Amino acid sequence: MKDLLSRSLQTTIIFLIVGGILALALGGYFGSVSNWLTGLAVNAQSWFSSRYTAIQDLFAAPRDVAALRQRVAELESQNATLRAQIIELSERASQVETLSALLDYARANPESNYVAADVIGRDPSPFLHYIIINRGSNDGVLRGMPVVTDQGLVGRVDAVIADAARVQLITDPLSVVNVRLKDTDVEAALNGSVTGDLSLGFIPQDVTVEAGSLALTSGLGGAYPTDLIIGQVTNVRKREAELFQQASVQPAVDFSRLSIVLIITNFRPVDIAPLVPTQTP
Amino acid sequence: MRQLIAFPALALAVILQSAIVSRITLLSGFADLVLVVVVAWALQEGVTSAWHWSVLAGIATASISGLPWWAPLSGFLAATLLARFVQRRIWQAPLLAMFAVTFFASMFSYFISYAALALMGASMPLTDSFTLVILPSALLNLLFSIPVFWLTRDLSRWVNPVEEEE
Repeated sequence: MKDLLSRSLQTTIIFLIVGGILALALGGYFGSVSNWLTGLAVNAQSWFSSRYTAIQDLFAAPRDVAALRQRVAELESQNATLRAQIIELSERASQVETLSALLDYARANPESNYVAADVIGRDPSPFLHYIIINRGSNDGVLRGMPVVTDQGLVGRVDAVIADAARVQLITDPLSVVNVRLKDTDVEAALNGSVTGDLSLGFIPQDVTVEAGSLALTSGLGGAYPTDLIIGQVTNVRKREAELFQQASVQPAVDFSRLSIVLIITNFRPVDIAPLVPTQTP
Repeated sequence: MRQLIAFPALALAVILQSAIVSRITLLSGFADLVLVVVVAWALQEGVTSAWHWSVLAGIATASISGLPWWAPLSGFLAATLLARFVQRRIWQAPLLAMFAVTFFASMFSYFISYAALALMGASMPLTDSFTLVILPSALLNLLFSIPVFWLTRDLSRWVNPVEEEE
């Protein structure tokens, strides 16, 4: 009985001591001591934790680095593939955009039949402005057929083989196109040049030509259909001593970026050479 | 048999010229890769087919160019003549010979082209043609001449293997 009482007393005493300590701690009486103990525990835990992490890294890190390197290589490969796809898709988008514009042009001008062709090369001589296209006589392309884009006149077919043709651009120094200015109905001759600049000649002195006038094919001479857009007059040179005025023309077509063109296949150029009078002695 | 490499080599040069080199412009000029190849080939030691190459190059270029056929052909023949003449004299400095022949052959070839177009009725101011077309093109030819020279040297050694003396 005595033993039982003494144990209960001990337990009660222990509970009272612990409860009292807790009550004192909750009451803030052990603040500095508990802080010191807490700090000690946290520091110890941090030290053990950091040591454990270091040891874990020592064993696990090389495997992870190898796996990560492999993953990086995979992702870089995927990235390269996706970049290639982006480039291919943007090229296709650009091509679709060009084809769409050409289709719109063909729909807006239903009187003509067209054959689309890719530009696959340029003349090897820097003096000439010719392009080579991947459509030839097998596709119904004939010499003299006009070549256009949705922006305007490009030139005309100069030579044809079975699967390719050479097109003389209107910027070529040997090219001459008869044009009319839309607002004034003035007729003139458009010449190319070795630098690719276009100039209008044979403009009568008594007419007024203003910058911004639209130059269209006149159809004179039978080499081109009428009313194909060529470009805009940028400046006019009028000198009293000369017989004619001259003007510079900004072409509507960007000849440096020609990639796809349309050949007007139902236009037959008229050969007026037999009608040109020859001098007889 | 190895001499037949001229056909694919010159075909490749003409295709590259038309598809790529003609689009790399400096002012209004661009390089003449075929001319540079012909010059480089004619300057190689032991080459016996230089004239064949120049005729072949002339025909290939004339077939796709708007120039009269005799203009590129005569340009390449003159370039080969000059290269063979120089090769016998400046054989110790092949790169110097390459530069010199490329420059003078380019000048001659472009003036032939200019004359041909003038005869055909093209109105081209000589000063504009010289400053905007001929000089930039000749400069680009000089830039192309170094890699083309080394490539044709390797090709000529493959076509004409030199037997080592013991």
